[in-house]
Amino acid sequence: MPDAAQNDAFVEFERVQKSYDGETLVVKDLNLSLPRGEFLTMLGPSGSGKTTCLMMLAGFETATHGDIRLGGTSINNIPPHKRGIGMVFQNYALFPHMTIAENLSFPLEVRKMGKSDREAKIKRALDMVEMGAFGGRRPAQLSGGQQQRIALARALVFEPELVLMDEPLGALDKQLREKMQFEITHLAHSLGITTVYVTHDQTEAMTMSDRVAVFEDGRIQQLAPPDQLYEEPDNSFVAQFIGENNTLEGVVKEINNGIALVQLDDGELIDCNPINVGVGDRTRVSIRPERVEFNKDRLKEGTHTIKAEVLEFIYMGDIFRTRLRVAGNDEFVIKTRNAPDQVRLEPGAQIEIGWLPEDCRALDA
Amino acid sequence: MTDATNNGGPVLAADGTPLKKSLAKALRLQKMRALGLIAPLLIFVMVSFIIPIGSMLFRSVENGLVSETLPLTVAELQQWNGDSSEPPGEEVFSAFVADMVVAIEAKNHTRLGTRLNYEKTGMSSLFRKSGRKIKNLDPAVDGPFKEKLIDIDKRWGDVETWRTIKTHSVGITNGYFLNAVDMRRTPEGAQSQPEDKQILITLFKRTLIMSLAITASCILLGYPVAWILANLPARTANILMILVLLPFWTSLLVRTSAWKVMLQQQGVINEVLVWLGMVPDDARLVMINNQFGTIVAMTHILLPFMILPMYSVMQTIQPTYLRAAKSMGATNWTAFWRVYFPLSVPGIGAGSILVFILSIGYYITPEIVGGTKGVFISNRIAYHISSSLNWGLAAALGAILLAVVLVLYWAYDKIVGIDNVKLG
Amino acid sequence: MKLSTLTALAVTTALVAPAAIAEEMTIVSWGGAYTKSQKNAYHDPYSEKSGITIINDDSSAEAVAKLRAMNEAGNVTWDVVDVVAADAIRLCDEGLAMEINPDEHLAPAPDGTSAADDFGDLIVSDCFIPQIVYSTTFGYRTDLVGDTPPTSVCAVFDTEAYPGKRSLEKRSINNMEWALLCDGVAKEDVYDVLETEEGQNQALAKLDTIKDDVIWWSAGADTPQLLADGEVVMGSTYNGRLFSVIEEQNQPVAMLWDAQVFDLDGWIIPAGLSDERKQRALDYIYFATDTQRLADQAKWISYGPARASSAPLVGQHADLGIDMAPHMPTDPNNAKNTFLYNYEFWADYRDDIEAKFQAWLAK
Repeated sequence: MPDAAQNDAFVEFERVQKSYDGETLVVKDLNLSLPRGEFLTMLGPSGSGKTTCLMMLAGFETATHGDIRLGGTSINNIPPHKRGIGMVFQNYALFPHMTIAENLSFPLEVRKMGKSDREAKIKRALDMVEMGAFGGRRPAQLSGGQQQRIALARALVFEPELVLMDEPLGALDKQLREKMQFEITHLAHSLGITTVYVTHDQTEAMTMSDRVAVFEDGRIQQLAPPDQLYEEPDNSFVAQFIGENNTLEGVVKEINNGIALVQLDDGELIDCNPINVGVGDRTRVSIRPERVEFNKDRLKEGTHTIKAEVLEFIYMGDIFRTRLRVAGNDEFVIKTRNAPDQVRLEPGAQIEIGWLPEDCRALDA
Repeated sequence: MTDATNNGGPVLAADGTPLKKSLAKALRLQKMRALGLIAPLLIFVMVSFIIPIGSMLFRSVENGLVSETLPLTVAELQQWNGDSSEPPGEEVFSAFVADMVVAIEAKNHTRLGTRLNYEKTGMSSLFRKSGRKIKNLDPAVDGPFKEKLIDIDKRWGDVETWRTIKTHSVGITNGYFLNAVDMRRTPEGAQSQPEDKQILITLFKRTLIMSLAITASCILLGYPVAWILANLPARTANILMILVLLPFWTSLLVRTSAWKVMLQQQGVINEVLVWLGMVPDDARLVMINNQFGTIVAMTHILLPFMILPMYSVMQTIQPTYLRAAKSMGATNWTAFWRVYFPLSVPGIGAGSILVFILSIGYYITPEIVGGTKGVFISNRIAYHISSSLNWGLAAALGAILLAVVLVLYWAYDKIVGIDNVKLG
Repeated sequence: MKLSTLTALAVTTALVAPAAIAEEMTIVSWGGAYTKSQKNAYHDPYSEKSGITIINDDSSAEAVAKLRAMNEAGNVTWDVVDVVAADAIRLCDEGLAMEINPDEHLAPAPDGTSAADDFGDLIVSDCFIPQIVYSTTFGYRTDLVGDTPPTSVCAVFDTEAYPGKRSLEKRSINNMEWALLCDGVAKEDVYDVLETEEGQNQALAKLDTIKDDVIWWSAGADTPQLLADGEVVMGSTYNGRLFSVIEEQNQPVAMLWDAQVFDLDGWIIPAGLSDERKQRALDYIYFATDTQRLADQAKWISYGPARASSAPLVGQHADLGIDMAPHMPTDPNNAKNTFLYNYEFWADYRDDIEAKFQAWLAK
């Protein structure tokens, strides 16, 4: 699915720009296309333009420039109520003066559906989210998680091909959120609907999505499946934003056979995988904490190692988290699995650490 | 817990007293403290609100003046058959003179005359004039008095005079309430007022209908304004809110007089219309001193009371409701009518109750711009309070108005539900 | 026990305290130009003479109701009250005003005539101290009546000769009398006719012929304003108000003195004042109603002094410098055809006729 062909695109953004004040662009030249059935997440910090994109797709905001297409036809001039897009809102937006069944009935009524059809569909939708017994209640009588399910059912009850979700799990507690993440992905995939999901929670994005579009400064910084996003970030913003990351700064000295020699600011030399830098460029080197090794036996021959001082050891159950001072950076973290033979580093110990060159990505500074 | 119930006895607190008792004690202390805190308010409400309203309600039935001023006469009149065409006998007259001598000494007889004049025209001067002469009589020696009184004023020989005294000698009367609904108390029981004096029922009806019209026009004008206010950024909304509240900062009289200048025949609107040629000079529109003028001026004055609750309710309606409705396929109108409007009803309800209750009690504006067709029942109440001094009737009218408000409130509760009223 | 002592103490302090501050008195009047004329003619000279500060309260329109309420509450805060004669009669009837003995409480005329004789018939109630004679009469727009300015009050009922709106007071008193006068009833028979059901209906029927052309007023300032705006061609109000429209504001308005209704305005002293306050009130009254003082008031307002002995002393307007005598309702030129308000009649018939009148209005 990630590599779905362009002509298969169901949702397309082409050179879309959005400005509210005519001076600054909140969305800059956005190009994006989704095939049918994909679960795409727009991830980014607040103000990065992701919600604006979603609202333009839903029709609540108009694009200042560019084209948004749905199933091949431009929807720029189609009002929201004719787009047939299901939507789940952050605060659920269940109508408080209607019962659950009436809430679900609403989209069917405006489509002039007959009563028996409506009832059948409402029942199916409620059963789908395991809320079959709650049709007669009012939203205020339900818990947050239950309301969330109803909002989902309401967005799906009229069988839209595309569903948009705007941080739908933001108000739930952690456990419930994790459960709902699973349920939503499961539902979306089993119904085969295309989903655009907006969140600022990267774990949510990683666990739910087929692909994630990382937004920053009105642009998509990287659009990739979760594993690729984590392991092969295209730039230092993505590396920083997705997962935990250690950063070291320095200058690219040379690049040989696809391996860059980077001189860190304190003079130490390390081997890295150059991504978007050339010789002589300043670079931010990104290494994931779990890819750092301090046991020399496990490192390849000839790997550059650098000195580190143990500052803090934190026992976290499944893993150990150790904070080091590396090349003047006090926030360098390594994670090790809690295995029977694992060493627990003592604060104050002087060690040497290293990593595989391909795990160390030299990115833009 | 289970231990205690198993024992069968009452649950005991740590010091051995029954738990219920010590709980009650603790709660009582709390209640006393709470009561102490609201005591100033309670006393204030009692003194400034409950007691005046109570005394107003009492005044509408209280009628001690006749029997207190003429105790002996009233007792003697019990024996007299009010249906007879003959005035009462000497015993009533001598009792009357005895009562009057005491009353004149206390200067109560003219008050009584004023009171009875509400019921029968002429009683005021009868008591005032006769008082000057009865003052010189000695009840012990100057009898018999029947002839003498009829000599003083022939109206003392009129059966109607005595029937009026007898009819209105009861201590608690329904007379004021009967008057308030265009009826009167007679020896034969309650009867309609003569047609040319019937006005109050008409005014009650008019007050209610016009208040409804004012409420309705406040809803129509206020709803869009409240909607705009609720959907603007806070800064702009606050500035516009000042405009909404501006009328509050001007005196009521000034505002009402301004409407006069606007609406009168030589006023701004007529001048503009004539200048534009839309209205001929000799057929200028009559927009004031009638119901139209009253509704316009009152709507303007009461509009903030409608907008404010509407605004604060609308502010709590999240814009995502409308978006959700539209995303589900609702047109703008359907989204408004099925989702936004029902959610704003509590604001409309609160505003309507406020405006309606305020408008049925208004009298200054109707007095100034109402002409003859735009006056309210409150104008009559004001008249009876300050001009005719018939406070009993004013109180009865006020009590009826209060009852009407309570009935409407009850009806509103039944139809819409009072918990459906929100001020924000 | 202790509590009640405390309460009693508090109450006594509350009652005594204002009296202890003493040297001020509250005089109630109508406000506006009228109060100003009283301030100039009476209050200021009296304060200068006695050192007593005078507080003005513009509550005369509701004086009867307020006095009654104060009396019931047992706390009368007013010392002297300016009321129309009809209200004075009612206050006296209700026992809310003190009875006055003119010869004891009021100054004699400079030539020695007793106060009772000097005021003469104008003392219409035992509690009433007359101050001015005013009249309710009509004013008309000189530019809206063509070449034939009205000379008779019946022009009010003649909508053919004088088309346009006219303003009348929103009450029966005066209007009923004018209606009968213009319906052919002789002046001396008016009240006899008005006593009867038929007479009342006759008056209302006459008023009915102009009902659609009337703007009904309830405040004395309404008619002057309506005349100034050209809203009405003629209208009734107090003669002093018309004087101010004509002479002070120079509006194209003229007086129609015909069938002006004389009425009286004067002082009462509320019943139940403490001796000290009563004494002070009487002292003020003695000063403010002497011959010179009453004549002085006419320098600021065109109402006639109630004493016969004051009339020759009426001079010029203090600001305009015009002779005030020709503007007095009592001036022989103005008083060719006058009508005297019948207090006795209206005390009896007011409730009844007013109810009918209001019912007629609302129809």
